[in-house]
Amino acid sequence: MIRFENVGLRYGMGPEILRDISFHLPERSFQFLSGPSGAGKTTLLRLLFLALKPTRGLITVFGKDRSLITRQELPVLRRRIGVVYQDFRLLDHMTTYENVALPLRVRGREEASYRNDVIDLLKWVGLGDRMHVLPPVLSGGEKQRTAIARALIEQPRVLFADEPTGNVDPPLARRLLRLFLELNRLGTAVVIATHDIGLMEQVDARRMILSDGRLEIHD
Amino acid sequence: MTEPLATEDHYGRAAERVPRKSAPIMPPQNVAGSALILVIAIMTFLSCLTLGAVTLVRDTASTWQTQIAREATIQIKPADGLDMEAALSSAQRIASGFAGVRSASIVGQDATLRLLEPWLGTGFNLEELPVPRLVIVTIDPVAPPDFAALRAALAEAVPQASLDDHRTWVDRLIAMANTTVTIGVSVLILMLSATTLAIVFATRGAMAGNGHIIEVLHFVGAEAGFIARQFRRHFLLTGMKGALAGGLAATIVFVGFSWWSSRNMATPQADQATALFGNFSIGAAGYGGVILVVVLVAALTAATSHLTVVSFLSELDGTQHDG
Repeated sequence: MIRFENVGLRYGMGPEILRDISFHLPERSFQFLSGPSGAGKTTLLRLLFLALKPTRGLITVFGKDRSLITRQELPVLRRRIGVVYQDFRLLDHMTTYENVALPLRVRGREEASYRNDVIDLLKWVGLGDRMHVLPPVLSGGEKQRTAIARALIEQPRVLFADEPTGNVDPPLARRLLRLFLELNRLGTAVVIATHDIGLMEQVDARRMILSDGRLEIHD
Repeated sequence: MTEPLATEDHYGRAAERVPRKSAPIMPPQNVAGSALILVIAIMTFLSCLTLGAVTLVRDTASTWQTQIAREATIQIKPADGLDMEAALSSAQRIASGFAGVRSASIVGQDATLRLLEPWLGTGFNLEELPVPRLVIVTIDPVAPPDFAALRAALAEAVPQASLDDHRTWVDRLIAMANTTVTIGVSVLILMLSATTLAIVFATRGAMAGNGHIIEVLHFVGAEAGFIARQFRRHFLLTGMKGALAGGLAATIVFVGFSWWSSRNMATPQADQATALFGNFSIGAAGYGGVILVVVLVAALTAATSHLTVVSFLSELDGTQHDG
């Protein structure tokens, strides 16, 4: 589904942040992306969700060469990729429901056509009773689940989550992990970037460890 | 918002309710937005005032010009053996015969006496003094006569006659009026440039607080055109509000001045102002200019927000490295 071959990246004239990264993300796979702070996890995630182009190497996304993807094609491809940001990036003037519905709304879809899907999804992530609340009122965990629901509303083929348990307590972290596992069981590939060893130990999944710009994969 | 926010109970029953009407993609007015409206209103007001003042000066200058260029004077100096009355009629006849001359009238003895009264007092005989006599020639300012030919014809028939076409005065007035209008237009250009810059920077300032919205929309798969459209519409409305307020305030000032000048028509202050600026009212061009400024300012605000969104988006994608 997504393939990296000898990918390298540097910002401007600086040193290479990522070196000779090669891996394949198969459909319906589940993996953790880990490594010490500053190892390049966020940069690798940005490459994965098409916010960056590599300085060298080949990235293939859904069968397309990344270097040949035009800016006009990006929005369509991004709809197949769900992203959960570490800082949630919710719009504060919109309710939970509206934030989750946003990806569908920007595509010009009528609200009547997606209302039930959004409500079902919000119930699924446990926010059925927080639908009409604005983000500033939500707890960290609720914001996280809203961000996850927004990433999932378009039924993406792959979900990237950047430190999804960074701001929540261990019981909630376990709940969120169960949510990701359930999602994966339903057919979405999941990549969770985390340095929470405890979280990774709960699941027997592939681990991609970034260290000093290089990637090791433990299947 | 047409419906109040639904309240939830502990059993999640709110989930079944119909959601409220969707919030706009752009957040409602915030502090930066209000400040932007104020800046736009003030700059539009000042631009419209400058525009009005320039219109006033231009109209006044052209009135001065036409008034003075509407007349010429033939002066006949007395000389021995000259039949003054015959010379006057001859000059009048010659002048009247020229195309571009509407009429020529002799300044009669009584009128000449009245003209000289401040210097010579009353009760003297005009015949005893070598006082030059005048013929006032009224000219069609649109198609003035050939002054050189008129001058030559007069010199031939009445050698003592000289024609003063007020050219010296007209030239000086034209020069003065042109300078005044040039200064006014320069001030207007400076004012409009300042307005443009102030609006561009204020809009960019207001946009800076919305960077996260552009980013979120971008990453949830919104197309660049969609994002730009949302911002353009929002800022067009903001610009329109500010510009209308400023334009309306300027119009009130114009109408106020015009009302004041018509109410104080006979007072010395108003006479002084009228002597300089005519009737002090801004013509249709002035009001048309106000509307134009308002429209331009609103369009400028929308265009700036559009360009800012486009450059922000290309910056988001511009951090990408060419492979």
